[in-house]
Formats: sequence, structure tokens, C-alpha cells
Amino acid sequence: MSAALDLFTIVAVSAGVVFFLAGTVGLLRFPDALTRLHALTKADNLGLGLIVLGLLPRVDGVQAGLKLVAVWLLALLASAVASQLIARVARRAGQST
Amino acid sequence: MTDAINCGLAILILALAAWTIVARDTFSAVVGFVAYGLLLALVWVQLHGVDVALTEAALGSGLTGALLLYAAARLRATEREARAERPGLPTRVAAALVAACVTVALGIAVLALPDPAPTLAPQTAASIATTGVGNPLTAVLVAFRAMDTLLEAIVVLFALIGVWSLAPDRFWGGRPGTLHHSDPDGVLAYFARVLPPIGVVVGVYIFWVGADFPGGKFQGATLLAAMWLLAVIAGLADTPPIGRTWLRAALVAGPVVFLAVGAAGVAFAGAFLGYPDGYAKPLIKVIEWALFPSLALTLALIVAGAPQRSAP
Repeated sequence: MSAALDLFTIVAVSAGVVFFLAGTVGLLRFPDALTRLHALTKADNLGLGLIVLGLLPRVDGVQAGLKLVAVWLLALLASAVASQLIARVARRAGQST
Repeated sequence: MTDAINCGLAILILALAAWTIVARDTFSAVVGFVAYGLLLALVWVQLHGVDVALTEAALGSGLTGALLLYAAARLRATEREARAERPGLPTRVAAALVAACVTVALGIAVLALPDPAPTLAPQTAASIATTGVGNPLTAVLVAFRAMDTLLEAIVVLFALIGVWSLAPDRFWGGRPGTLHHSDPDGVLAYFARVLPPIGVVVGVYIFWVGADFPGGKFQGATLLAAMWLLAVIAGLADTPPIGRTWLRAALVAGPVVFLAVGAAGVAFAGAFLGYPDGYAKPLIKVIEWALFPSLALTLALIVAGAPQRSAP
């Protein structure tokens, strides 16, 4: 049982790291602000989500697990709002030039 | 494993610090500074200074970062001309020399620190029971070194008066900052409705546990201030005119209570800011509860800025 959980943690966290890596590569390589934001949200949403999922079996107690999930949800909310706002500014700047 | 993380953190922080200094664009430098502060908070966590980490993240990075962002936005109009100017060679050489001297002096000072470092931690640990609080930092801040905290609270108030003094005469007593409009059904207004309930609970919690665990009034007050400013930026709330009596009363209430408790100490405990035996914990609570709302209001109004609109 514990080996299976360990395997689950390793797989989920590794997958999360892959998303973070892909998001970072996208941030560095993509041509404009909107596509870069698109790459970043993958890291925030899926990457962090998978890492939290992978860490859930390792926390002691329901409370700590809920805290982890809350961190993920707050990061989702903040990153979604921040990307919207940045995208709006980028679009306006693009229209004016 | 931990060593690898620490080394990575150290390299990242040094690189980010260098980049923040080298960046020519004011806005980029501010963004670098904020990220630098957040990484520094992680370093404090690694050093087991969770109180300092919270303060660094909330005040050092968050609040100062917001202030610097506002400043960068204001400087944008003049930035191109400022960048076109290039100091002459003598100025640059002098600047490099001064910077190098400061670096060398700092390096010598750090290397000359006594080892092991002098510490008052054992005395604090021995005397903490007399205060009744569980967090040694809170005991130091509000009991052993209460004078520093009192002066800090007053300095923050002075900073606000300094910000207000930049107001044009015709707006004196008016509302700080510009009026913000945003789409009432938009994403920012939605965010400003969803986040404050969570942020206020977390802020009050950080304040509440400060007596026994990492946390405290400054960090909690910063969170409350941030939540209120979020509502202001989203156009859901407006800043109060600074001429209002209730506002000024609320701003000075915290320091006044602190001073009153301190003065009472002269009569009952024989020293300014002395607490009579057995009353330390309740008095500390009174000071903390009085300072918390005043600090939140003061910090929020510092970020809101000088009055720019006349009161209706």
C-alpha cells in the first residue's frame, strides 16, 4: 500500500514538474504576451495541481491536506485573474501601436 | 537535498538582486524587487524565522512593492528623458568607487562579527513566562522591547502624514488616490468580491495566533490593508476623505492606547511601559488589539497615497 502511494506521489509530482518545465520553456520561447500567458497558466493550474495531488498522501491529517488544496485553489484564482488583467493590458497596448 | 535547495535559493537571490540593480526599466526593476522579497521570505523560512518571513513577504515585498509600483507608474512619463541622460565619466567612476567602498565595508563588518554571535535568546527564554505569551518574538516586541514597537507604530503614522503632506492645497481633506472604475461584472470586481472574505479571515488569524505562534499585528494588518485596497482598485469601495474626524481618531487610537498603557506603567510598575506583575498578558492583548486596526488603516492609506480629489 505504502509503495503504491509512494509511486503515486513520484508519478504525480514528476508530471507536475514536467508542466512547470513546459510552462517555463513556453514563457521563454513563445512570441507574444498572450501565448506566453497561455504557457504560464499550464504551469500554475496543472503543474501545481498535480504536485498538490501527489503530496496529498504524504500529509498527516485532513487539515493539512485541506490547506494544500486551498493553496492550489487560491493560486488558481490569483493566476486566472492576473492573466486576464495582463492580457487586457497587452491587448490594449497591441491595438494602440 | 536541503543543501541543494539552499544553494539554489542563494544563487537565485544573488542573480535576481544583480538583475534588479542592472535593469534599466523602472517597472522591471520593481518586479525584480518583489520577486527578490518573496525569495528572501523563503530564506527566512529555511532559517526558521517564520515571523520574519511573514513580515518580509507582507511588508517588505507586498506593501513596499505596491508603493514602488505606484511610483514607477508615476515616473513613466519622465522615464525616457531620464534614460537618455547619461552621467559623465567622472560621475560614473565616483559612483563605482563609493559602491565598491560600501561593499568592502559591509564585507569587513560581516566578517568581523564575533563568533559565536552574542545572543539574548537564553534571557528571553528564561523570562518569557512572566509575560504569559508563547511566541518569544511577541514577548520581545511588546514586552521586553516595547519601546521599539511603540516608536515603530508612531513612525508608520508619521510616514502617512508625510504622504498626505504631498497633497495639493485644494485637495487637502479630500479622498486619497484617483477614483477607480472597472467593469462591475468583470474579472477584477469578481476577484475583489471573492478574495477579501478569505484574506480577512487569514489576516485576523495571523494576528490572533501571533501571541503564541509566528504571526502578529503588522503582518495581519498588511493583509487587511491589501484586501481593502483590492476592493478600492476594483471600484467596489472608495477611500474616505482624510479630513474626517473618525478616520483620524482611528489612526491615532492604537499609538494612543499604547502610550496610555506605557504611562500607566510609570504609576503602577515603576517604569514607562512596565507591566505590573500578573497583568502582562492582558495589557499586551489590549495593546495588540488597539494597534491592529490602526495599523491596517495606516498601511492601507499609505499605499492609497496623497489626496487627489476634493471631498464631496
